[in-house]
Amino acid sequence: MNTLTRETRNGDRAQTEQFVAPPASVMEAGDGYTLEVEMPGVNKDGLDISVENNELTIIGRRSLPVVEGTLIHRESRSENFRRTFELDPSIDANKISARIEQGLATLTLPKVEHVKPRKITVS
Amino acid sequence: MTLIRYQAPELAPWSGVDRWSNLRDELNSFFELPFWSSFARTGQLFAGWSPALDLYQSHDNMIAVVELPGMSKDDIEISLHDGTLTISGERKRESSSNGEKAERTERYVGTFRRSIALPTRVDANKVSATYRDGILTVALPKAEEVKPKQIQVS
Repeated sequence: MNTLTRETRNGDRAQTEQFVAPPASVMEAGDGYTLEVEMPGVNKDGLDISVENNELTIIGRRSLPVVEGTLIHRESRSENFRRTFELDPSIDANKISARIEQGLATLTLPKVEHVKPRKITVS
Repeated sequence: MTLIRYQAPELAPWSGVDRWSNLRDELNSFFELPFWSSFARTGQLFAGWSPALDLYQSHDNMIAVVELPGMSKDDIEISLHDGTLTISGERKRESSSNGEKAERTERYVGTFRRSIALPTRVDANKVSATYRDGILTVALPKAEEVKPKQIQVS
């Protein structure tokens, strides 16, 4: 499968907390990948990104606005977000960067230097 | 075309049973995806994006809380007509140029519209909204005549 980012769905990890999987999009450009993950209610402090054993884990903890009043209709879910991807070997895990704006986390995953497309000048 | 190392799926080559269990996992995880559950919730399979909406009621206000991650504040429209609150807008594709190609697309891009009939009358002139961390909060003060009132016994 030639995706960045094969999603890992292993159930062997002991989990006590329930998470919900947020929608994500992956774009590939010549020099790397961009991963966008939708996490409404999550800000910079609630975003936790880690790489372990070539596995990228994104956890978003919501800090929801406090609303006074009684809930009379509900569609949102209260669980925090969690999504895991397996990194493609072409990705330089040390150079992954992330930002979050209006509940949308954007991760930039550059490729390692030697796999980037390169023009070779004929001398 | 780029060259990415092929990663073999986690299948045991000798067992047909494992192959099926893997397919079942795939299917199960598909149904666990949030966009699927949001379709099931609203019953609008082909209506595109229908953002989750919570509604609160307090003594003086109706408050709608809508999940709209990754929007620009200017692309959100709120309207009130005949006691129905409508939130609509357009989520624009950010960077479609510079040779990027989509590997996986789960995020919805395009226009959306979400309406809800409010259970009480509200004062349309006093509606206010904030957009923070991808969550839109709309406060709709109740109309004076429907607010609970204390009546003094004389």
